[in-house]
Amino acid sequence: MSILNDYVANIEETCGEERHFIVMLRFNKRNEAMKKILERGKIEKSFSGLVYEISFKGVQMRLYKTGKILLKNLNERKEVEKILEELLK
Amino acid sequence: MFDPYKVREDFPIFNRKIDGNNIIYFDNAATSQRPLQVIEAVKSYYELYNSNVHRGVHTLSQESSELYEKAHREVANFINAKDLQEIVFVKNTTEALNLVAYAWGFKNLKAGDEVVTTLMEHHSNMIPWEMISKVKGFKVKYVDINEDATLNYEMLENMVGSKTKAVCICHMSNVTGTINDVERVSKLAHENGAVVIVDAAQSVPHMPVDVKKLDVDFYAFSGHKMLGPTGIGVLYGKKELLDEIEPFLTGGGMVRDVKYEVSSGSVTADWAELPWKFEAGTPNIAGGVGLMEAVRYLKRLGMENVRSHEKELTEYALERLKELGKVRVYGPRRSSERGGIIPFNIDGMNPHDVALLLDQFGIMVRSGLHCAHPLHERLGVKGGTVRASFYVYNTREEVDRFIEVLKQIEKV
Repeated sequence: MSILNDYVANIEETCGEERHFIVMLRFNKRNEAMKKILERGKIEKSFSGLVYEISFKGVQMRLYKTGKILLKNLNERKEVEKILEELLK
Repeated sequence: MFDPYKVREDFPIFNRKIDGNNIIYFDNAATSQRPLQVIEAVKSYYELYNSNVHRGVHTLSQESSELYEKAHREVANFINAKDLQEIVFVKNTTEALNLVAYAWGFKNLKAGDEVVTTLMEHHSNMIPWEMISKVKGFKVKYVDINEDATLNYEMLENMVGSKTKAVCICHMSNVTGTINDVERVSKLAHENGAVVIVDAAQSVPHMPVDVKKLDVDFYAFSGHKMLGPTGIGVLYGKKELLDEIEPFLTGGGMVRDVKYEVSSGSVTADWAELPWKFEAGTPNIAGGVGLMEAVRYLKRLGMENVRSHEKELTEYALERLKELGKVRVYGPRRSSERGGIIPFNIDGMNPHDVALLLDQFGIMVRSGLHCAHPLHERLGVKGGTVRASFYVYNTREEVDRFIEVLKQIEKV
């Protein structure tokens, strides 16, 4: 949990049938966290360095330069936490 | 002459930059920004007058009580209610609607009755009625919308009848911006002996409102969407209706007398006069003072000016959105039928992606289902929409920037 505490400010679940999660990285650690994510995840696409489409262990996500991550179609918050722990360790 | 650039000078938040971008705040349907006048009013309340209201004999308590009562009077005047007895301060619109559902609904609804509401409602004008119907056994019925997201008045007229005890409707949809003809709805409801309960969270901040002309029975709105503080909202109720119903919350501050009767071994209470019988416990006094200042600010701007500025901005934005090939806009086509709220989607893109991309350019919009899941299902957009909503400080220049950024996003 300490890795999440170090790098993640908030994990928000969107409402509705489709369950997406929006992760807000801590402002003062976001560059460090993004660097780790870009190193460990596979960059599928990059849109002018503003947004990266990343896959990691079968999970698709979009990383925004503002330090926010959109993870789509995951079932539980715990899955999100597990992926983030692996990406940010 | 209404000048949004002049208005902006009163809002300190617009001096801030985020990641080098000026803030373009298009999330006003969720909450508005606050002008310096409101911020200062709350600050000076705490610095000079802070004390609990009512029944304190000391000077601070008397001053605080006077300010708090004055806030009720000024809000009453703002919507043309008779006087402060018809203005109950609550936390927000949701609490106001729950208060009506639980206090009025529990007393007046029974099995065999019907409550008519619409598919365009925010959840807070649907769920409380469904909850109480489970206990009281009445039926909640839903009026559909037309393809352009306006209310299906024909269906409403067919649905409201002798069994109808309440018609619950929003004045302006928080998703499509549709402005409902509340005067027409009130006339229909009253002809059938039903009361009219209106969610006015999106209307009071953005257009002139006269509750007497609308002839509504209950009318609920929030301070934070109209330049006021969070945690303060208003329930307007006709005096005769508020008089006849029991309080929703009970305890301190809302009683005239409480007696322990030795013979029965029980406690009985006489309620305080209106509106205090509905304001149990220490209220949000600073919030009330802030709301009063917000009302004064809006009155100085002129609500006709507010409405016409937002109408003009909405027309301009809708016209410019036509330049985008992949954007689909929802809601009424005529600006006379909609407020300054524009929900849209970009083909093939998740609304949260669009909002996150806009955020990178300092443009704040809301994405998702906006607490109106049934409406989104009806619109055929289960995944939600992106919602841009305007207020007094938004400008054409900001709309231009918004369109240019959307053009870039479309290419992604």
